[in-house]
This record gives sequence, structure tokens and C-alpha cells, in this order.
Amino acid sequence: MSNPQQLRYSKEHEWLSGAEEGVSTVGITEHAANALGDVVYVQLPEVGATVAAGETCGELESTKSVSDLYSPVDGEIAEINEDVVNDPSLVNSAPFEGGWLFKVKISGEPGELLSADEYAAFITG
Amino acid sequence: MTDAPRRTALDATHRALGATMTDFAGWDMPLRYSSERDEHVAVRTRAGLFDLSHMGEITVTGPQAADLLDYALVGNIGGVKTGRARYTMICEAEGGILDDLIVYRLADQEYMVVANASNAQVVLDALTARAGGFDAAIRDDRDAYALLAVQGPESPGILKALTDADLDGLKYYAGLPGTVAGVEALIARTGYTGEDGFELFVRPADAVALWEALTEAGKDTGLVPCGLSCRDTLRLEAGMPLYGHELTTATTPFDAGLGRVVKFEKTTNDGDFVGRAALAAAAERAEANPPRKLVGLIAGGRRVPRAGYPVVTADGTVIGEVTSGAPSPTLGKPIAIAYVEAAYATPGTEGVCVDIRGSHEPYEVIALPFYKRQK
Repeated sequence: MSNPQQLRYSKEHEWLSGAEEGVSTVGITEHAANALGDVVYVQLPEVGATVAAGETCGELESTKSVSDLYSPVDGEIAEINEDVVNDPSLVNSAPFEGGWLFKVKISGEPGELLSADEYAAFITG
Repeated sequence: MTDAPRRTALDATHRALGATMTDFAGWDMPLRYSSERDEHVAVRTRAGLFDLSHMGEITVTGPQAADLLDYALVGNIGGVKTGRARYTMICEAEGGILDDLIVYRLADQEYMVVANASNAQVVLDALTARAGGFDAAIRDDRDAYALLAVQGPESPGILKALTDADLDGLKYYAGLPGTVAGVEALIARTGYTGEDGFELFVRPADAVALWEALTEAGKDTGLVPCGLSCRDTLRLEAGMPLYGHELTTATTPFDAGLGRVVKFEKTTNDGDFVGRAALAAAAERAEANPPRKLVGLIAGGRRVPRAGYPVVTADGTVIGEVTSGAPSPTLGKPIAIAYVEAAYATPGTEGVCVDIRGSHEPYEVIALPFYKRQK
């Protein structure tokens, strides 16, 4: 499993893209998607909602469990991925691409985010 | 004392297949190999191969083996013919369910009791404690067997390619000794998936060879290895109870809607058996004052009910509790088994909701099971 180099990662297994015009895309990693199993329901924050780094902003539900979704950064939700709401299996099939979850307009400096290599070491460590 | 999880004889095979492993009742077992949904669908439409070596086998032999089992269990075991199997339960003296079991009569004076992995020691201890005065021997055979299951509509064809045993003559809930892929096996037509299928009890040393032979024999029909995750959704759709969820020591068979497994008219031991008085009282209580009933719930939305979630009316009054819930691959909707008050248990009852983390989601009440295979 490979973690794209251009992304940054949280210890809660979200990824965050580089910000274009102050807006970053957030998803969960392939490692997290595999650990969850088949994702069957996602509850995403509403567009315009304020999210805070490390705080719950939604839910990911798989066959076996419910997991909280955290935001890796402070900011305001700019867009949510309606495709993944309609077809939650995208989280499993394309976690770094079509399975992205939301876009956030970052309002503060991200906290402790990891590089791809650091994240790889974190999940195998 | 730290106990590392036990590994089955197929452990290296699972790892080579890339299985996601999970701790289950002290065993390191495959949860899934790929997608649990795909594995589920394979069993419903083609075939799936399971390692169930964590199940607990106990052999009971001797002139009074039947008498002992009639006394220790709630079913009429003496009435089981050689080569047949029966679903039954072992209860506490107070009536609570210690475990649900399948008992195979292998010979006139030989039975194999198969217990859930989590309860194998409890069942072994209870049988041993109840054996006093009977001319019968109890043998812990948990390490003597590996258990492989082939389940799904293609399973008879797959097995036929590997055995001369008379599978057509082998009825549901029957078992016979035979040879499969050159390996000695007890071939049983049982399972926990709602599909036709077979469970193969073999020596652990033969497990890998048998797994590989079954994999090869099933490759043209789309047999896939299957983990415990899809086993749970398969049994849930089939409305089969799971110990620790629908069945517990706090529940008698009558409270679980399974009073039919209790046989008060036994011909052995003057009709006496452990739990008799308490179960007779539970039967009367259930008759006079209907207990909560096990029903099926089908979600209108996508949110999944989980064990322990309250079943409520629209105004939030608690009328029951979910015991098992999962997204159903066959129905394409979340489903649940729940105990609900008798007044709300009729199929089609309006206004039944599940409290999913604070939100009251509407559910349709149905009679179990959710899925019944077409024969």
C-alpha cells in the first residue's frame, strides 16, 4: 500500500492535500479504509460548518463498526463529496481519489501532520 | 498470565492469502480476505470456504452417553438416530442459556457435541460436572479437529469432485464419516449461512491439504475463502441466533422464542434434566405474559443498527433492544435482529424506530428470517 507523497497525514488516518487557494481536500487513508472494511455509510459535515483540528465532524460506518471522522485542520467546510455519500464504497475503492470526503478552507496552521514516509512509519510502527 | 491468541492449522494459509485477522474468543481468525460483501455474495450465489477450527468439539461415549446428554442438555438426544445431528442448548439449573450446540450422533454410543468457541470450556465443564453417575466418558476433542466449511449452492458439486461419499443421501443436519480429497473426514450437511453446505471435521494435520484441494476443486465455480465477518451477515440474514447476542445466560430458550428446543417429554432419567423446573416455569410465564419477541427490522435509511441500540417508538419510548445488526448485502439495506415488546412484534407494526446514536430512524418489522434460500 502506498501513501501519495504530496499529501500530509494525521495520526487519526486522514489525509490532507496541499491547499489550492486556501482550500484543501480531506479523505481517509487506504490503511484506514482497509481497517474499517466495507464502508456502507458516511455522514459528512455540512457545507459552511466550522471544523476544528482533531475534533469529530462526521461518521464512517462499515459493516462491523462506526468510526468518528475527524478534521485534520481548523477551517470551514467548502464542499462535500456527494458521490461518496451516494456510494460509500468509494472510500474503499479509491481512498485517495474518488473517495475524498470534504474540502476545507483552512483557517489556521495545521497541527501535527505527518509526511507520507512518517505516516508509513507510524502505521507500521 | 498473558495468553497469545491460538492459531488454527490453517494460519499460514490465511496469512498467505492476505487475510485480515482478528481475535475471536482467544483465537486469531480470518475476519475477511477481500471484501466481506463480495464474500457474502459468493456464498449466496456460488460457494465460500471457511476455517471454523475455533469451534469446540467434545466427544461423549459409553453405554449411557445418550442418557447423560439427555440429562445435561434440553433436547431429546437419545432420539437422534446415528448419522443425524440436532440443534440444541445447554442451560443453567436456573434456565439461562449457557450455549447453543449441535450434537452429532456418530455411532450408537458415540456423540460429538460442537460448542461455540467462546463457550467451549464452559460446555466442557458443565458436561463434566453433570456426568456423575452416568456410565459415559467425556473427551475434550478441541485439539483433535480442524473444521472447514464449504457453503453455498455450488458446494455439493465441489465436494462431489473430491469424495465418493453419498452426498445425495446426506440430508440437512446429518453427518457421515468419509474420505474427502484422500483425507478422513466427518462430512456433515450443516452450516450457519442459510445456504446448502457442508462442514468437514478433519485432523488438524490434514487441514491444509483439504483446504487446497477444495480451493482447486472450486476454482471454476467461483469458490472464495470467506472470513468471520461475512459469516455473521449470512447468519443474520438467515435469522439464526448468535450466542452473546440473541442468546445469553440472562435468557431462557422461551424468552428467545426458541422454546421448541426444550423437550419436557424425555424417556430417559425419568424425564429429569438440568434446568427442567426453571424452564417449565419460564414456559408458563411466556404463555401467560408474552415476553419480548425476536423480530427482524429492515431500515428505511442507510444507518446501521448495532447490538445494544434501543428500539423505540416515534416518541422515544423504549420498546426493545437490537441484538445484532449489519448492512445486508442481499437486501441492500441495513437489517437487525431485535427483542421487542410483544405488542410491537407483529410484522408491519407501524412506528417502530431504532435510536441510532440519538436519531430515531424508522424500521419495518418483519418475521425472521430476512432470507430463505429457494430449494
